[in-house]
Amino acid sequence: MTVIALPVSSLAHRARPTEEPVWVRWTLIGLALAFLTLFLFVPLISVFYEALKKGWAVYIAAITEPDAVSAIQLTLTAAAIAVPLNLIFGIAAAWAIAKFEFLGKNLLTTFIDLPFSVSPVVSGLIYVLVFGLQGWLGPWLAEHDIKVIFAVPGIVLATIFVTVPFIARELIPLMQSQGTEEEEAAVVLGARGWQILFRVTLPNVKWGLLYGTILCNARAMGEFGAVSVVSGHIRGSTNTLPLHVEILYNEYNFAAAFAVASLLAMLALVTLALKTLIESKNMQNDKGKNR
Amino acid sequence: MKIKTWLTGLAAATVLIGGSAWADKTILNVSYDPTRELYQEFNAAFTKHWEEKAREKVAIKQSHGGSGKQARSVIDGLEADVVTLALANDIDAIAEKAKLLPDGWQKRLAHNSTPYTSTIVLLVRKGNPKNIKDWNDLARPGVSVITPNPKTSGGARWNYLAAWEYGKRTYGDDAQAKEFVTKLYKNVPVLDSGARGSTTTFVERGIGDVFISWENEAFLAIRELGPNKFEIIAPSISILAEPSVAVIDKVVDKKGTCQVAEAYLQHLYSEQGQEIAARNFYRPANARVAAKYANQFPSIKLFRIDDAFGGWKNAHKLHFADGGTFDQIYQK
Repeated sequence: MTVIALPVSSLAHRARPTEEPVWVRWTLIGLALAFLTLFLFVPLISVFYEALKKGWAVYIAAITEPDAVSAIQLTLTAAAIAVPLNLIFGIAAAWAIAKFEFLGKNLLTTFIDLPFSVSPVVSGLIYVLVFGLQGWLGPWLAEHDIKVIFAVPGIVLATIFVTVPFIARELIPLMQSQGTEEEEAAVVLGARGWQILFRVTLPNVKWGLLYGTILCNARAMGEFGAVSVVSGHIRGSTNTLPLHVEILYNEYNFAAAFAVASLLAMLALVTLALKTLIESKNMQNDKGKNR
Repeated sequence: MKIKTWLTGLAAATVLIGGSAWADKTILNVSYDPTRELYQEFNAAFTKHWEEKAREKVAIKQSHGGSGKQARSVIDGLEADVVTLALANDIDAIAEKAKLLPDGWQKRLAHNSTPYTSTIVLLVRKGNPKNIKDWNDLARPGVSVITPNPKTSGGARWNYLAAWEYGKRTYGDDAQAKEFVTKLYKNVPVLDSGARGSTTTFVERGIGDVFISWENEAFLAIRELGPNKFEIIAPSISILAEPSVAVIDKVVDKKGTCQVAEAYLQHLYSEQGQEIAARNFYRPANARVAAKYANQFPSIKLFRIDDAFGGWKNAHKLHFADGGTFDQIYQK
């Protein structure tokens, strides 16, 4: 039996030369899954497990306590200011870079990437150096009683800085690959600047735009390093959600720390779900176009 | 057209703006790491006291972190009405670099502006598996020591000086002391930026055999996490740690909070304030309260920084300034 079986299986194997043997495939898949389980699923589940370990009452109390509410509000405020601004800037920058030729284009692209390459701590310190009491603008600001760092404006500024590249970076390659033919056609047909933007350019990149916005929002809400430097850690006024998690953890308040962390984890999960949804829509769209 | 809908959605999201709790006055207390629990309790007591005495509602905001880092923030513009830091030197830095309060600030309140003191002890795992009895055991090979970074943490500076003085008294002179401290810091696997970070490293993450800790922080770790996990080892000699408090003149003048800020610090010296400090394992300055809680603390031979190192200014210059002994031993 086995003598006959062997050539059959090797024949079947030869029939599909691009495929690896079964054991190789399963080992690779197994390794990938084990890795994901160990480094992604287990920590994620443990966040929710720790958060709910002491029951729902503790969980609800932890996220409705005044300092937590203020942290949630501050995080939402910072994201609500940073994301729209970056949306406008991202579209403008991507449009300029992808559709036009101008002097200093490479320089602009490099600057957009800067927040990706600079450590968040450094970007926070930049604001301290500029707006701090001993910094360039500090004495003038103090004289006019304008608070920037160690207050909400500083946190918003730091958040904007670290999230600048997300939308622009998402749109630039997309817009470049689409070229300028459709816009040229629109011009020939008599469309004006804004009409071209809203009727031609943006609808073509809408999924990429939405995807970039979601990523930008996730980072805006989750940012720790830069915000930590400019926050001053005043409870109930300049603590964002990630900073609040750190404080609770350091105060032996583990259940509450994980409860608040679970809010951030849920944000990540929602982001992931939206991203998957958008990608599948995107693929359907592409298929629709090709047909 | 869908894009317009998204834009309106995002615009609607921006309308979310938070309000804050109502109070007549708000003061900010910028403090160091281990005082979180102390001031949580004290602030509640003072708010009540002030409402009865001055008929004024006061909201007290807290900020905690490594003492040096917190002083840096105040210098950079964090508007603290009062600072309650781990050592006088950090408040000196605020007076010197930002001129927010006069140089002689330490004379303004009793006991050199130190309402409570503490000391440095050794926290080990239950059963003391590495058999640690005194400072010299920390320099033994194979013992892993946890202590924060003296550059950013006030507690870490007290730790460093306590170890140094032990070395000097045991082995003879400063050169021997330096050799001892060098060996000790070779055993330190990680330097956190503040005392609380180090506590978490030792207690939660389970790193290290011995944790050089504020006495109050060591007691708190045992209270919070159970007496069956850790024990306190009192070394043969340690430093009298004097955390100082001060009103930041320029800030309270601008905000009009001078009166309440001063009363806040005065209240730390009151019977009630001293009781709260003692309950949170700080050694009270008030002799009567100190006597009442004397049994709570191990008796350790304590020396003062003024006697051993000629005050913080000298100690700072010699050991912690750029190029000081800490830089020399930690770079090797």
